Amino acid sequence: MSLLSVRNLGVGFGQVEAVKSVSFDISEHSTVALVGESGSGKSVTALSILGLLPETATRRGEILYGGRNLLQTASRELRALRGAEISMIFQEPMSSLNPVFSVGFQVGEALREHLGLSRGGARRRILELFREVGLSDPEVKVGRYPFQLSGGEQQRVMIAMAIACEPKLLIADEPTSALDVTVQKQILDLIAELQRRRRMSMLFITHDLSLVGTIAEQVIVMRQGEIREQGSVAEVFGAPRDDYTRALLACRPPLDHRPARLPTIESLAPAKEERKRGLRGDEAVVLEARGLAKRFDRVEAVKGASFRLAKGRTLGLVGESGSGKTTLGFLVTGLHRASAGEVRFHGEDARSVPRLAFKRKVQIVFQNPYASLNPRFSVGQILTEPMRIHGIGRDEAERRSRAEGLLAKVGLPGSALFKYPHEFSGGQRQRIAIARALALGPELVVCDEAVSALDVSIQAQLLNLLQDLQDEYAMSYLFISHDLAVVKYMADEVMVMKDGEIVEMAGSDEIYAEPKHPYTKALLASIPK
Amino acid sequence: MSLWRLAWRRFCRDRVGIVSAAIVLAYVLLAAASAAGWVARDWSNEVGVSYAPPGFLGRDTVQEGLGEVIKAQPRADYGIPDPLGAELADIHANVSGASGRDTRAKTLAFGGDKWGRDVVQKAIKGTETSLVVGLAAAVLATFLGTLFGAAAGYRGGWVDDFFNWLYSVFTSIPYLLLVLAVAAVLDQKGILTVILILGLTGWTGIFRLIRAEYLKHRVREYVLAADAIGASNARRVFVHILPNVSHVVLVQLSLHVVLFIKSEVILSFLGFGVGVDTVSWGSMLAEAPSELILGMWWQIAAATAAMALAVTAFSLFTDAVRDALDPRLA
Repeated sequence: MSLLSVRNLGVGFGQVEAVKSVSFDISEHSTVALVGESGSGKSVTALSILGLLPETATRRGEILYGGRNLLQTASRELRALRGAEISMIFQEPMSSLNPVFSVGFQVGEALREHLGLSRGGARRRILELFREVGLSDPEVKVGRYPFQLSGGEQQRVMIAMAIACEPKLLIADEPTSALDVTVQKQILDLIAELQRRRRMSMLFITHDLSLVGTIAEQVIVMRQGEIREQGSVAEVFGAPRDDYTRALLACRPPLDHRPARLPTIESLAPAKEERKRGLRGDEAVVLEARGLAKRFDRVEAVKGASFRLAKGRTLGLVGESGSGKTTLGFLVTGLHRASAGEVRFHGEDARSVPRLAFKRKVQIVFQNPYASLNPRFSVGQILTEPMRIHGIGRDEAERRSRAEGLLAKVGLPGSALFKYPHEFSGGQRQRIAIARALALGPELVVCDEAVSALDVSIQAQLLNLLQDLQDEYAMSYLFISHDLAVVKYMADEVMVMKDGEIVEMAGSDEIYAEPKHPYTKALLASIPK
Repeated sequence: MSLWRLAWRRFCRDRVGIVSAAIVLAYVLLAAASAAGWVARDWSNEVGVSYAPPGFLGRDTVQEGLGEVIKAQPRADYGIPDPLGAELADIHANVSGASGRDTRAKTLAFGGDKWGRDVVQKAIKGTETSLVVGLAAAVLATFLGTLFGAAAGYRGGWVDDFFNWLYSVFTSIPYLLLVLAVAAVLDQKGILTVILILGLTGWTGIFRLIRAEYLKHRVREYVLAADAIGASNARRVFVHILPNVSHVVLVQLSLHVVLFIKSEVILSFLGFGVGVDTVSWGSMLAEAPSELILGMWWQIAAATAAMALAVTAFSLFTDAVRDALDPRLA
């Protein structure tokens, strides 16, 4: 029997149709996963269930809950429903909690509002809830403010708040995407267990198809406001009927083998040949770090990192947020000055290499393609600027034609030269950022979470591109990522970083087969299967 | 399409913005024409009788006798004729030229001042002075504020400390007191002095904003990316970051034009503004109190109307520019 039915739901913002005629059911005591990439309309669907869409949005169809159409329910009634019968967990726990109230007060607010509990009764209930969501020392945590808790603890508080009034339906909108892998696993387990124990229904929204298998019974795949496929997890994963679903499943780098190219939406056929990873041991060393350390005031971000980067090979760097991996990348590229230790470039101390000569050989691609391109520069300016600074090319015309060549290399048309970054999608912008790094003909490129901000289908294209470029130019990569599957696919060697220290380093197949350090083991165990 | 073109498109859709831009443009053209000498060149000619009333009121409104006060009479002291009397009369006739006392008009279209100068001409000439002062002082203040803010925000460390100290010193002194102190130190009346006074004291607000922008932008990834390709510090400050904060600079510039036009009026009203040989809206207003007692309202009306329209149009124009450049605020 279905608890909530969505019938031909359509939501529009001005000219844009965010959701086009979507229908699905959530039955009692079950979990439905809504999967889609950015802009697929999944969050808008969730917000329309809660009646949280902005006033300007146009809505069609109906959302039936308990015999009522939620789209036509008065906002006062909806408010009584929200939190009490239908509640929601958001993506960013930090920005969803009010920073000026203690977390105990915020959870208690829902209890007093909906259940009319007294202060003492509310406090007892809060402690019970905190225990239930696995917060240690609940008596202490009640009085804490959001910033005093870690990301995982904040999300536990959000979950406690969401289940405080024993809702019948819980909507979880990307509840783990802002969290580290190890924490993500714990939170997922917690949500799944709560759903079973309390016999709630759940709408679980995610962009990550790999999370769905462990948590949901039903899957809905959305793209550009439409449902592409829906069915039971076994059906959709076992025999996907839709091309897009198939692509989503195939585009993630597999953990058990390493195809030479990843399938993409355009060419789904998996590559037959496998790529061999690992070092032979006789490669030339491009760059060597010896005891690199960086200290910001009182925080030691990087503590004595030593490693070698072999020519034409990829060194993966894995770690959770705050582990110091970006700082290490900045130290290698010279964007930060090391507090101790040294970087040797072709055996020579990098500090004795002239600044421009070093920059020319060592480039970086940043995580966020929306932030790393100057919005006031045209793509042509972005690509010719490094050449102008380094005196590459005789004149502007030659630089321009080189820039066109770079664009072709990263799979963009020459007409892109005259456009501005905001006219491109995230994946295209990242291609531009890669072209900029290539403009100087570097020997080493640091990829700092270069594909993490992109959707899975775009990720595969860019990983293929990076691999093709490495094959062609024999560049070395320092590949920084929190995504273990991506690193396994790209890297010949892998370093694991925790709290500023490199805790383990080994060949890429080795480290995944036999992790030695307990932290590496914990990381690998939390990869969703 | 560049962000500037997009901003221009947004601006064109703003009807209030377009109208106010047209008015601002008209003022600028008027001031330029006045500076070139095409209009209001003869503003200081005494074309009417003293306090000539506006033509539409008729001449009866003012006592006829007032004009006689300044009539030049050859002096005869102790029966000795003035030896220079003939020459002086000649010079006087030459100086007053064609508009000699016999040809003075009894009324002027919108009235005259104490010396019989046309208030419309004065207002036009005053527009030139006030706009020049407002624009030049705003450019100076914005230039200083942007330069100091960029240095402090980008460089940090002792440079930041120094400029913050300077900022604190400037802002700890009450504004008018500071302005009057600088005026006393410069000790020279004139347009350039007023521009310097306003520009040298008015950069503080812009400094704070630009410093904050640079603090925010210097750690942005596009600036790090510029560092990674080897761009020098100067290049990062001026070529990379400046265009990205230029909307703040532009909005501050036009806000300060309005502010300084008003400040010039206040300064001239207090007697620290432009010299007696120039006319500005402020100096026109300064003459107003004594006139109002006598019931001559037309000079203050002309100055007020010119100034109110200009300031309102400029303010609306500034709002439209801000909305166009920074759509998130709109």
